[in-house]
Amino acid sequence: MGLIGREVEARGIPSVSLSSALSITRSAGAPRAVFLDFPLGRTAGRAFDKAMQRDVVRHALDLVRDATVPGTVTELDYRWAADDTWKDGVMRSDSRQERFDTPQYQCAADASLADPECPTCVWLAPA
Amino acid sequence: MTERQPPVDYIARTRAVYSSLGYPPYRWVANEPLAALARTSKPRSEWRIGLIASGGIYAVGQIAFHHRDDYSYREIARDTPVEDLRTTHFAYDQADARQDPNVVFPLETLRGLAAEGVIGEVGANAYTFMGGIYSASKVRDVLAPALADRLVADAVDVALMVPV
Repeated sequence: MGLIGREVEARGIPSVSLSSALSITRSAGAPRAVFLDFPLGRTAGRAFDKAMQRDVVRHALDLVRDATVPGTVTELDYRWAADDTWKDGVMRSDSRQERFDTPQYQCAADASLADPECPTCVWLAPA
Repeated sequence: MTERQPPVDYIARTRAVYSSLGYPPYRWVANEPLAALARTSKPRSEWRIGLIASGGIYAVGQIAFHHRDDYSYREIARDTPVEDLRTTHFAYDQADARQDPNVVFPLETLRGLAAEGVIGEVGANAYTFMGGIYSASKVRDVLAPALADRLVADAVDVALMVPV
């Protein structure tokens, strides 16, 4: 995502990234980011916590206004749990699912509802 | 509250897992910070925000992503109901995202901020893809320019990027 943020900046549009993977965001050189120290998959806040979700996005947008140094990362204060033991088990083994080259729907009903001519699904040609 | 541990170093842990499986190390992108930041002279209350998210989000009626280096994207209209949003991804825990898509795709959050007047509006479309694309050159040379073109065409003032 850092690569895309950089491309967007190159067109003159300021960008800010949310992040829960600080090492990756820094390595990719994201222009600006707010770091939320949560397990991956909740980058924009805790499920159903509207106040937190609003606050995370608002902090990110404030950074667009306030950051002056490229690569600025602001860490948010939220904690996922009372202790950080969840970090011990993250990526200690290969937990990725088998990868298929056919569409992987969240539920079977979505497959039957999908428009085979989908005009908002955009496939890109190789460079 | 107990003492905090440092952030998880996903690059180091990926390296360790790959090494334990006998794979060569994954070559993460390593960029220097940009020389300068783009700016907007408008006040935040007038910003049109473009949203790009990589959590494998699609809307009902769209074709889902596949899981082998899919670098297509989906265009999701700004007024799409949250109930119509889905996720698919091979690598992250989607338990929360499938109950509340806002955790990886804050479209409703942005609509709320626009309704409050904190921002001006949300771009006509949000754009989504499925991260975990192994080929950095596909992202850099194909997907990134295509998405940046869309944000330019939508005349957004600021882009919000949401990885998982």
